[in-house]
Amino acid sequence: MTVTEEATQTLVGTSAPRKEDARLLTGQGSFVDDITIPGMVWMAVVRSPYAHARIRGVDLTKARAAEGVVAAFSGSELADDWMAPLPMAWPVTEDINNPSHYALAADKARYAGDGVAVVVAASRGLAQDAAELVEVDYEPLPAVTDVEAALADGAPIVHDEFGTNRCYTWPLAGGEDVDALFAEAEVTVEERYRQQRLIPNPMEPRGVIASTVPATGEVTLYTSSQIPHIARVTLALGTGVPESKLRVIAPDVGGGFGSKLQVYPEEALAIVLARRTGLPVKWIEERTENALATHHGRDMIQEIALAATAEGKITAVRVRLTVSMGAYLMIITPGTPLLGAWVYGGAYDIKGYSFECSGVFTNQTPTDAYRGAGRPEATYAIERAVDALARKLDKDPVELRRLNLISEFPHDLASGLTVDSGDYHATLDRALEMLDYDGFRREQAERRERGDTKQLGVGFSTYLEMCGLAPSRILGALRYVAGGWEAATIRFLPTGTVQVLTGTTPHGQSHDTTFAQVVADRLGVGYDEIEVLHGDTSVVPLGMDTYGSRSLAIGIAALCSATDKIVAKAQRIAAHGLEVAEADLQYEAGTFRVRGTDRTMTVKEAAFAAWHAHDLPDGLEPALEETAVYDPSVFSWPGGTHIAVVEVDAETGVANLVRYVAVDDVGTVINPQIVDGQVHGGITQGVAQALYEEAVYDENGTLVTGSLVDYLVPSAAELPSYELDRTVTQSPNHPLGAKGVGETGTIAATPAVVNAVLDALAPYGVTDIDMPASPERVWRAIQEARS
Amino acid sequence: MRQIALTVNGERHEADVEPRELLVYFLRERLGLTGTHVGCDTSSCGACTVLLDGESVNSCTLLAVQADGGDVTTIEGLAGHGQLHPVQQAFHEQHALQCGYCTPGFVMATVSLLKEQPEPTEAEIRKALEGNLCRCTGYVNIVKAVQQSAAAV
Repeated sequence: MTVTEEATQTLVGTSAPRKEDARLLTGQGSFVDDITIPGMVWMAVVRSPYAHARIRGVDLTKARAAEGVVAAFSGSELADDWMAPLPMAWPVTEDINNPSHYALAADKARYAGDGVAVVVAASRGLAQDAAELVEVDYEPLPAVTDVEAALADGAPIVHDEFGTNRCYTWPLAGGEDVDALFAEAEVTVEERYRQQRLIPNPMEPRGVIASTVPATGEVTLYTSSQIPHIARVTLALGTGVPESKLRVIAPDVGGGFGSKLQVYPEEALAIVLARRTGLPVKWIEERTENALATHHGRDMIQEIALAATAEGKITAVRVRLTVSMGAYLMIITPGTPLLGAWVYGGAYDIKGYSFECSGVFTNQTPTDAYRGAGRPEATYAIERAVDALARKLDKDPVELRRLNLISEFPHDLASGLTVDSGDYHATLDRALEMLDYDGFRREQAERRERGDTKQLGVGFSTYLEMCGLAPSRILGALRYVAGGWEAATIRFLPTGTVQVLTGTTPHGQSHDTTFAQVVADRLGVGYDEIEVLHGDTSVVPLGMDTYGSRSLAIGIAALCSATDKIVAKAQRIAAHGLEVAEADLQYEAGTFRVRGTDRTMTVKEAAFAAWHAHDLPDGLEPALEETAVYDPSVFSWPGGTHIAVVEVDAETGVANLVRYVAVDDVGTVINPQIVDGQVHGGITQGVAQALYEEAVYDENGTLVTGSLVDYLVPSAAELPSYELDRTVTQSPNHPLGAKGVGETGTIAATPAVVNAVLDALAPYGVTDIDMPASPERVWRAIQEARS
Repeated sequence: MRQIALTVNGERHEADVEPRELLVYFLRERLGLTGTHVGCDTSSCGACTVLLDGESVNSCTLLAVQADGGDVTTIEGLAGHGQLHPVQQAFHEQHALQCGYCTPGFVMATVSLLKEQPEPTEAEIRKALEGNLCRCTGYVNIVKAVQQSAAAV
């Protein structure tokens, strides 16, 4: 870096007020459903009610004759509109079974919710009415909705052409020989956990508008997406619209959590229907439709074994996953569980590691990234297994963790990657202090002694996280088709205000605020004079979008490179204007000063000089605008300790979260209030998996938790306020020393809560429970342990 | 079609509506008041909360004809132009919104809550906001914002 890293910082590290709020608080946001285009028509998708059915015929006669209908098509009628199937960007093995997946099914519906026909009509209501008139002749087929059943002999086959439901098997091993470490282990534990299927449920369902200029073939797609740039590339390939004529805009996006890290059938359909009709085509997902048609998360069986010494030192970890892909491979369906592959050893210093993951097709909504994507699953397995080992050795779970936590950095994980920095003991110490661990254990002992029906339990999660997706070379080695770099542009306008362009795409993360804070500090420009632009491929052509906690880790690293370039160019202009050598200038927060004098020129003054260009150094181009593209060399490694306290009513089985302490280390913090907010929300989604949420299918493959009435997204009434703190261990690989924070809470929380439930149930002899730990499951676990 | 007349944010509107037209779509698509959002189709999420005659209601569960003769306040009508209502100000200061999609509903529900219970405890706030879902904030800062609003109002 050319900029002095110790430049005076005034905004980074403070809770600058959010730039996003003024419009969002007053109803002036612009979500997709808020956008209307003259002449716009509405699309409705006809979805299979069957989890598995042959499509014998689709009769559109009545739908086409219905009021206001513009067009209606079956899957086979649109077959020629596609240049390529929907994108699958991560063929994790050479021999992966990768079915062609088109926006509408033509031969077979493979999950309840699979689109089979589409209707376009004059209004939302008329499109829905006409969709009901489409007559599909289905031949129902046996369905499979359980990963292990799907691998059994005689299971219904989701994709006939493969003759098996196995999609791929992917291995990873590292460090010392794992079999030998297990053979010589004094203690082993073998555990089996179920990661239930989750429905991401961002509060804004998805929505799309495709609008064309028929004369030129230009297409503008508004979409509630985390990935407008990736969508542009892949939808151009899929629809044949030249990429240069396809503009994708993600306006205000009402949450994503991975579920909008996707290229969906409805985006492709809207484009081809706009092309066919010449009209702007809009589709807004209903919540019950979202439960079926937007990808799900998790859904796997985890087998994890630990080898340890008698004292409790873990030597090796062996993991085997069987993961539901659902019915099709979406953009990173196969790779999602592998994002956890390197961290099933947790924050522990182990010698040997082996991992194997099998992806399996089932007749269900496809799975893909959901907040944390692979890493919450990994953290859950290792944190629960460590507690199982503590139980087996009759050790305190905190002491066992202390014995095993990585304490020297950089640390080479047995799984093969290097953790650059951290201080796991410090977060554990601070969290225990906040909890008053001894005091808690005393109260717990008292309740146990008097046989209280309401028992307390405490659960720990000393996690590490791998995020900041991702070094392009590593992605390439893992067979992911794109890169992991990010771009930023800084543009000084003649009047001195600044536009910041980022290729990351926020959907709640406050980029407008934090990116401006960084630029304000590094360029000495007023916070209110900076506008951050994003989410429009014509405004910001270069970008890789937002997922995997990458906007700060990579997007702001690119931004820092761009400020460096701005300063370098401005410095030439300042040296010329002040008639000194560049080396005679000292730069600090937006001002160049001739060393030892009071002669100065600000970056803004240099920007104006660059614009009028009356007197620039020979050969220097006018205008002050710089773009930087940053490709990380390593992942980002946050870590910390989360502690959950639950109270379980043994008579009703109700487990309530009563306290939650989180001490995270995410390196340098740009905006404490925003980081706290990320952690709060992350924890809540992790708690929700532990206690409340589950996508349930019946034996026919029908989703029975298809609305917010049946699928329990927790409200404020179920949750306490969380107690947060941080330690700061700066990343040596980030220009600000920062680490990703968007997923930490979700990664850490789930095992902390389940470990706490099991701790509360220890007096009853319960040592295992499936998620969510619902009142019924808790109550049954107590009864079964008693009998 | 039925003719209705109602007041929205202080302005009187007369319109012919289909009997099945929901109040939320009347507000959003007829009046262009897109600050009121639709988050579900089961009255579970509260994103569509508006005030009808001063009480919070889910506008996705009411037909426009049911609001005939009523006085509706939406997020757009809560404060004067360019101003923030104390509840909006508190949400801003406490970082009680992230993506902002559920926010208008929470703000309207909070206005209604504080009218009924000017000094709610944390437990009462959490209970009262049970009908509004947020996926971003974990509710921690929303609770703080309601507490700040209560002190300010």
